[in-house]
Amino acid sequence: MATDVAALTRPIGDEAAAVLAQPSPLASFWAAFRENRGAVFGLAVFAIIVLLALTANVVAPHSPIDQFRDAVRAPPVWEKGGSWRFVLGTDGDGHDMLSRLIFGARVSLFIGLSVMCVSFIAGVTLGLAAAMTGSVADVAITRLMDLIMAVPSLVLAVLVVAVLGPSLANTIIAVTIVYLPNFVRLARASALGELNKDYVTAARVVGVGPLRLAASTVLPNCLAPLIVQAALGVSSAILEAAALGFLGLGAQPPTPEWGSMLADSREFIRSDPWIVTLPGLAILITVLAINLTGDGLRDALDPKMRRG
Amino acid sequence: MVAYFLRRIALTIPTFLALMFLTFAAIRLVPGDPVEVRTGEHGMSPERLAYFRHELGLDQPVWRQFLAYVWRLAHGDFGVSLSSQDKVLTEFLTLFPATLELSFFAMLFAIAIGVPAGALAAVKRGGFYDQALMTVSLFGYSMPIFWWGLLLIMFVSVRLGLLPVSGRIDLINYSFDQPTGFMTIDALLSDEPGAFLDALRHLILPAIVLGTVPLAVIARMTRSSMLEVLSEDYVRTARAKGLSPSRVIGVHALRNALLPVVTVIGLSISSLMAGAVLTETIFSWPGVGHWLIDSIGRRDYPALQGGVLLISAVVVFVNLIVDLVYGIIDPRISHGH
Repeated sequence: MATDVAALTRPIGDEAAAVLAQPSPLASFWAAFRENRGAVFGLAVFAIIVLLALTANVVAPHSPIDQFRDAVRAPPVWEKGGSWRFVLGTDGDGHDMLSRLIFGARVSLFIGLSVMCVSFIAGVTLGLAAAMTGSVADVAITRLMDLIMAVPSLVLAVLVVAVLGPSLANTIIAVTIVYLPNFVRLARASALGELNKDYVTAARVVGVGPLRLAASTVLPNCLAPLIVQAALGVSSAILEAAALGFLGLGAQPPTPEWGSMLADSREFIRSDPWIVTLPGLAILITVLAINLTGDGLRDALDPKMRRG
Repeated sequence: MVAYFLRRIALTIPTFLALMFLTFAAIRLVPGDPVEVRTGEHGMSPERLAYFRHELGLDQPVWRQFLAYVWRLAHGDFGVSLSSQDKVLTEFLTLFPATLELSFFAMLFAIAIGVPAGALAAVKRGGFYDQALMTVSLFGYSMPIFWWGLLLIMFVSVRLGLLPVSGRIDLINYSFDQPTGFMTIDALLSDEPGAFLDALRHLILPAIVLGTVPLAVIARMTRSSMLEVLSEDYVRTARAKGLSPSRVIGVHALRNALLPVVTVIGLSISSLMAGAVLTETIFSWPGVGHWLIDSIGRRDYPALQGGVLLISAVVVFVNLIVDLVYGIIDPRISHGH
């Protein structure tokens, strides 16, 4: 704030003119986002996790599925008996923990982002269709979403996986089904709010067709809450997928998935606490980083949704 | 009012029908021979296969099968569990009190801490306490609760030896009849000294784990709702009248701030059931969530089918009750719609 005031009270020059001029949407968004230190921190941590996931082949010291029979349950470097060979120790099968955690980021982010993309696109399409076509389609879509919402999220995901069989792909399908209603309802509600406004009527009067009306007139004005939902949806999807993995219904071994790593670690809860601690910590840090970023997005994109 | 009630109740009928269709369709999608899926028997002789196909009605057209399924459900027949050969409904009703008891104590924990903590944060807005609470609640709702449960077991039970790791009661020292299915109540009724305390000790960790996410949500909700109320005119009037700050906050503000909080609590039954699946698995809590996961491991599809349907029915039913109660509390709802 203080710098803004200082900038404005200086004699008018190019710099002040730039401040007074209408900033680009992206620039004003970034300026608002930057004010939230937690959100910037979250974004930075998230960026690091993404970078680690992308470069896992190079960064990880070992292969995530190689078993070191000579070093089963080796302690991490700071514990007694630890060595730099396995910085975070090894698990019950002799896998290097650090490598599995890094490759696990790849799995979790892949799940989170694919769920988000599919449910975003499908959800927005269905939501807009429900809002703009009215009557029969609207009732059908809304009722279907109500049905999905009636079943507790994890119970529905468990049912889907139990029917389709446990695998990474089916985890993504299950979690996508669970999160679809959030997008459909949000898109429908925002679209209904916009449809009564004058600019939409104007577009209709000018003769804009229904598809173009939906995609380029209504949708851009509904995007803010949907983007926030998408960001928070990634973290929920990662949590849900990890829960499925923990229940033994997600990615199957030896895939380095954080939830299933936790499930495998349960027998070492008395002897080797780090095997239990590390995968959960990885989940928590990732989800926290995304939630912090999402909160910042919400504050920056829509002042009305600002918390508190 | 009556019209609203009737309409709201009628609206659940399509939901129930859809739930039945969902579970009906789900079991048909399970790969493998439908007779083997339903009986759990493999490598049957063709005669036996044909017998069961007829017995289970699988030789009928699909729409007839669905009608027969709805008919059976309407008569309380949710099928027979393959692993125990008990009726699914009986099993569910035996285990459900354990889930209900756990959920009750989890919500008690979440409300007892979340409401005062959130209200205090609103009163001390922007201060250190407020920021600390917001940070902690962010951790709370980002927490993978299955890991949180393992951590608590690791520190509280294993390292410090303070609380039991699993189950609802120490079965070696205590055995008594369970007429209600609620361990705390049954323990009180049993006259066995120490049983009630033991049941409570078993409840603490699971209730904390299941209550953590609701606690974070309730604390945040109370805070933001309280902030809104504190800027209302009637709160300023109460202050201007010279009422003590504690009275203004406790009586005038908090009571009105709690309405949206109650909404959140009422609608959290669905996420509680989802959380119960994980919590019960970690603590070997003999409730319906644990049973559901077990039945997947045993390929007990009738139990899975009935279990999903019954859990969802409970959620739909509770949401209905919540809506009806709102109709009574807040007449705007029943007249507006």
